Amino acid sequence: MELSLNVNNEEWALDVAPADVLLDVLRERVGTKSPKIGCERGDCGSCTILIDGRSVRSCLVLAVEAEGHEITTVEGIGADHLSELQNLFISNNSFQCGFCAPGIVLSATELLARNPSPSRHDVQEALSGNLCRCTGYEPIIEAVLAAGERNEEVSA
Amino acid sequence: MIAHEFAYERPTTLEEATRVLTEHSGSVRLLAGGTDLVAWLRDDAVAPDLVVDIKAIPGLDTIELDGDELHVGSLVTFTDLIESEVVAEHAPLLIEMAETVASPGIRNRATMVGNICSAVPSCDAGPVLMAYDTTVHLIGPGGARSVSIDDWFIGLRETACSDDEVVTHLTLALRPHGGVYVKLMRYGGEDLAQAAVGIVEYPGHEYRVAFGAVAPTPIRAHRIEEVLRGKPLGEEVIADAVALVRDEISPITDMRATAEYRARMCEVMLERGLAASHERLEGAGPAYGTRLI
Repeated sequence: MELSLNVNNEEWALDVAPADVLLDVLRERVGTKSPKIGCERGDCGSCTILIDGRSVRSCLVLAVEAEGHEITTVEGIGADHLSELQNLFISNNSFQCGFCAPGIVLSATELLARNPSPSRHDVQEALSGNLCRCTGYEPIIEAVLAAGERNEEVSA
Repeated sequence: MIAHEFAYERPTTLEEATRVLTEHSGSVRLLAGGTDLVAWLRDDAVAPDLVVDIKAIPGLDTIELDGDELHVGSLVTFTDLIESEVVAEHAPLLIEMAETVASPGIRNRATMVGNICSAVPSCDAGPVLMAYDTTVHLIGPGGARSVSIDDWFIGLRETACSDDEVVTHLTLALRPHGGVYVKLMRYGGEDLAQAAVGIVEYPGHEYRVAFGAVAPTPIRAHRIEEVLRGKPLGEEVIADAVALVRDEISPITDMRATAEYRARMCEVMLERGLAASHERLEGAGPAYGTRLI
């Protein structure tokens, strides 16, 4: 079926089957490779994207469901320059292998949009569905908390 | 990737939805949040000819207070519940429950009605909706009808909803109350309940107790409610209730927990949950959302 998909503010006209999963369409048809194929059952968070600003598991969404909605991936967030949060991920050494990073950046982006200065508990809760097997999470949490502190400084 | 092929319809009215369902009766699945359905499609656990997406039907995504009733539409997500001031004020147990469901990436998509339609044993919404005297409203080719949540769960992944019906909304009967949802799990994030209990105390020493993940469906604990009825909570009364836990539940051993651990923890959770519900009824006790175990 005909599908028009808005990915990172670009319109895509695609011919898809109803059984095509959004994650696969984003990676193979649109070419956005930042959402990763991990568990493919909603457990690991590595396929996280934003739909209308909300974090969603793209492995659990049919591509046809996304029509009329705005999809954001890390390619969109970092299109012109890295976001403040992405820079803080670098300075806090929050990546090792990097497989979970796009999903975690998006989950944290959603959190900071709704709650500009989150507590440690808020950060842990927001990232609770994103598994990382390398870092032990602490450098990731520190980066998000640092982004929150900068937001606080700006608004003070 | 989903190996199985199917057709996809996105009706924009309930009439259109029920017509499509009637025409394809028997090999059709409804799609709301999809967090269960898409995983089941991928696993080949279900293989419908047709998937009917109900998200384009207007009016199903609302939370409305109507006197002493709370209406929750079938497209209301767990995140919608958590962010609703009306729910926080009138049915705070829904939020305590919703906050334990997986993680934000699932809660942004998964609906509470979808949760009871999937009807897995660990369904988080089941015990809480039982404690809130909930009615499920459906529409089908024969018109609208309603089913008590107590008659909703028929068996594992089986409900009172026929293949040609759509759930439109839930109605919760609101009264002043104190309640808890206690969920035992190995870790936060994505884990399903090992055991769960939903408890509500209404004024006049009236109680609701329902368990999750310790039987093929969420179950209402009628014998426990009966032994508590009309009695102020004290150590002895709570002990009488706790003594009945193993008669009410039928836990199994699986990868998440042993049957014995589940049964023992249900006793602990009921004991602490009854005390906390009572404190909350009196306007004290731990804030909603505080973990009791």
